[in-house]
Parts: sequence; C-alpha cells; structure tokens
Amino acid sequence: MEGYSTKVMEHFRNPRNVGKIENPDGVGHVGNPVCGDIMELYIKVKDDIITDAKFKTFGCGAAIATSSMVTELVKGKSINEALTISNKAVTEALGGLPSIKMHCSVLAEEALKSAIDDYFKNHRSRE
Amino acid sequence: MEKTCYKQNRRIYLDYAATTPCDLQVVEAMQPYFSKIFGNPSTLYSFGQEARRAMREARGKIAEFLGASPEEIIFTSGGTESNNTALKGVAYAGRNKGNHIITSSIEHHSVSESCKFLEKEGFKVTYLTVDEYGLVNPQDVKEAITDKTILISIMHANNEIGAIQPIKDIASIAREKEIYFHTDSVQTFAHIPVNVNDLGVDLLSMSAHKLYGPKGIGALYIKKGVKITPFMQGGDQEKRKRASTENIAGIAGFAKAVELAKEKMGNEEKKLTFLRDKLIKGILEKVEHSRLNGHPAQRLPGNVNVSIEYIEGESMVLNLDMKGIACSTGSACTSSSLEPSHVLLAIGLPHELAHSSLRFTIGRFTKEEDIDYVLEVLPEVVKKLRSMSPLYGEKEK
Ligand code: FES
Repeated sequence: MEGYSTKVMEHFRNPRNVGKIENPDGVGHVGNPVCGDIMELYIKVKDDIITDAKFKTFGCGAAIATSSMVTELVKGKSINEALTISNKAVTEALGGLPSIKMHCSVLAEEALKSAIDDYFKNHRSRE
Repeated sequence: MEKTCYKQNRRIYLDYAATTPCDLQVVEAMQPYFSKIFGNPSTLYSFGQEARRAMREARGKIAEFLGASPEEIIFTSGGTESNNTALKGVAYAGRNKGNHIITSSIEHHSVSESCKFLEKEGFKVTYLTVDEYGLVNPQDVKEAITDKTILISIMHANNEIGAIQPIKDIASIAREKEIYFHTDSVQTFAHIPVNVNDLGVDLLSMSAHKLYGPKGIGALYIKKGVKITPFMQGGDQEKRKRASTENIAGIAGFAKAVELAKEKMGNEEKKLTFLRDKLIKGILEKVEHSRLNGHPAQRLPGNVNVSIEYIEGESMVLNLDMKGIACSTGSACTSSSLEPSHVLLAIGLPHELAHSSLRFTIGRFTKEEDIDYVLEVLPEVVKKLRSMSPLYGEKEK
C-alpha cells in the first residue's frame, strides 16, 4: 500500500480540533458509503463567520487527517467562503493523498456541507 | 524533522504471518550459491552438477520432513504459485472427468482468485461457509460433493484468524470418493506438525518466507500419480511440471529454514502459544469492549486476532507503528477493494467489528517484553482513538 505524506501523518499524529461543541450552530453527520466510516463535524457561527469547528471521526489515517484539516480551513471563514471548500482543497492542503484514499477526503467535504445545511435550517427556524 | 518525531527507537515486529525475517543461518547457507556454485543444474559439467547436488539434497530434506518422497516435491516461486499450480493444474488435467471444485470461503486470495478464474473458464465452484470460529465442517464437504467434483481445496490454517482446519477428516472424505484433495499449508508447514501421509492429502502448498527462509521460493507437494497440467511452458525442469532454471540459492535457503524448524519446532510452538495466550488475555482484560476473533484453542500458536470496538483498524495500525509496533488489520480501509476482510465477514462479524480488527502474529524472535510493551501501549492508543470516535461518544450517552 502506498504510504501517507508527512503532512497527512502530522495531522494524523496531532489532530486539531478533536471533540464536540456544546450548543453548536450546525452539526454534520455523514457516513462514507465506500468503506463505512463515519464523521461528525460541529460548527459555531457568529455574524456569518465560522468561529469554531470540531470533529469526531471513525476512520482511517486519511479520514482523520482530512477531518483535522477541514476544521482548520473553515475557522474564520464566512459561510459562503466555507461552502467553496472542496475535497480537492483539503487534499491539496495536506500535500496529497494516495489515490485509493481520495474518497476519505470527500467525507470531510460532505461533513462540512452537511453542518452548514444544518446551520441554515436552525438559523431559518429561529427567524 | 520527520525523524525527530520518533523519540523511541524500539521496534517490535508482530506480523510474522505476513512475512518473517530470514534467519541468519539461512542467509549463510544461501551464500555459496550466488557466485561460487552458480552453475545451471540442467548442465552436465561439474559446475552444473554441483548445483544439482545441492538441489537434490535440499529436496530430500524437505521431502523427508513432509513424509514425502523427493520426486513428489516441485519448487515454485512461493505459496501463490503453488496454490495456482495446484488449483488450475488439477482442474485442467481433470477436465474430462468433471468440472466441480469445492473450497472454503476463507481461503487465501491465491486460492479464491484461482477459483474465480476457473469459474470464468467454465468450472463450477462451491465456497463452503465456516462456523463462528472459522472452521469448515467436514459434513458440509461431504454434502457438497457431486459426481462432477474433481478437486477439494481447504487451507490447513487460516492466515488471519489462525483457525486450524480438520484436514484429516476432510481428506479422508475426499479419498473415499476418489477426489483429489489440496491443502494450502503456507501458515502451518514447519510451524506445526505437517506430514502428508498423516494428513492424507494429494497436494500441499508451502512457502519459505513464512518460516524464516527467503522470499521468492516455495514448493508444492504432488502425490505420485496425481496429474497436473503445468501452466508455464519451457524447459524440462521439475519433471516438466515447472519450467525455468531453478532458484538454487532460494532452494538451499528453504532447506536450511526447514532444517532449523525441525530442530526448533516443538519448543517454539510452546513458546509462541504461551506468548499468544498472554497477549490475548492481556488485551481482553485491559481493553474494554474488545473480543477475540477465531477459536481460543484451535488456532495457530502465534496468531492473535481481536476486534476493538468503536475504532478503526488502520488508524490503530498507524498509531501502533508510531510506537514502533508492527501489526495488521482486516479493516476495509486497508484493502484495495475497500471491503473488510472476507475471513472476518465469513465468521459472521458485522462490518464494524471487521473494521475494528487487529492481528498480531508472534514469531521466533518475539520476546516476552515485547508482549508486555504491546499491552502497555495498546490501551493508550485505544483511549486516544476512542476519544475521537463518534461511535464511542454515542455509546456513553
Ligand atoms: S475512511 Fe476508510 S479508507 Fe479512509
């Protein structure tokens, strides 16, 4: 099997933003249909800016590293900016992934989209 | 920069079922056959005849250890080739008699993929299910036999969960019905007693690199009278059953490895069983929500396979590697098909538990301290990963 890049291993070794957020503004819960892994992403939003993000992931090295990276990438971004973050961007930020692991980065993108969706839902219902 | 992250230099190899290091005595025994005794054994002059002699001696040693005669052993490039040769060779040679093959659902890929290939060629294959411990029921074999059955192939012991099959019973069923019986002995040969007469098999596959010999060399026992169609065409080597100039250095190394195994086997089996049981007991005690996969006793001396709930296998393997421990997993994430281990699914594990599996295989150079170290490190790794797992969080709620 092809090994991981230094950057991926660095995030895997010290994943950023692990855990849950109490009273989050949005939660994304997605499963990977390919291999059966699961990711949960929590976001806190203030004035349309994502102020905090945390994750919990059941999955491989790539799944954990991309989870960690996506939380880093969204922090401080506006909702609209965050919506443009693709799995490709996450992968690039990690210095690439073995081709067989690309689907793991899709999980991160989907978790983010789903958390933002959830935020919209909560937001609208509150209005 | 990367290097400095690894504070400890301790490295512990616990993946002996994947491959073993060459014993230094094996390397020494191979040494003369690269530059000194290099002749082609098919030639008549002294250079060739020296090599031929070495090959004869090696074949004799291996045959004797197996309870076979030297003519019944052909050298191959390893377990995969031996299995391919046995399955396809017997199938093609027996085509006029029938087209049905019986095997199990937990075979090594070199057997199961050969079967799939043969299915495309018009053969019919029955894949027998196994029980929760990974054991084939001989009665099922009996019931699967038809008048078209030409070959039964069941592995001696499983590489993932270590289940040792009731080969003798299955072989006697095959013999009664006059059907050829092949067993993949790659995990058992020179680890536990393997004698072809005792087992009653017609074909048996072996590999050197699982028993402290070199990679790239293996053998197939083919009982006198069993017909196979060779799948490589070429010279007359190996009684025209396997063309290609023989790998003399590999053959000499293989024979040395067998010689060493003969010396050490009994004691080694005891030592490995002790370490295995210590590791199993330790994991089940120290890690809650863990379970043993496979049979507690009817398993290979060095095999430990556990599932550690709520966390994924590859991330455990990587974390253990960071602590210097090498082991493997049947998780979907580490397979190129992204399917969890077919063996773990066959014993009835749900996807999540197959996903959470870890295999440690213990061998000749494993020390008791190594096991203690794993038992110290593993609970920390599990704790770290569970704190990250959305499944474990749910559990607490
Ligand atoms: S999460 Fe399963 S392969 Fe990455």
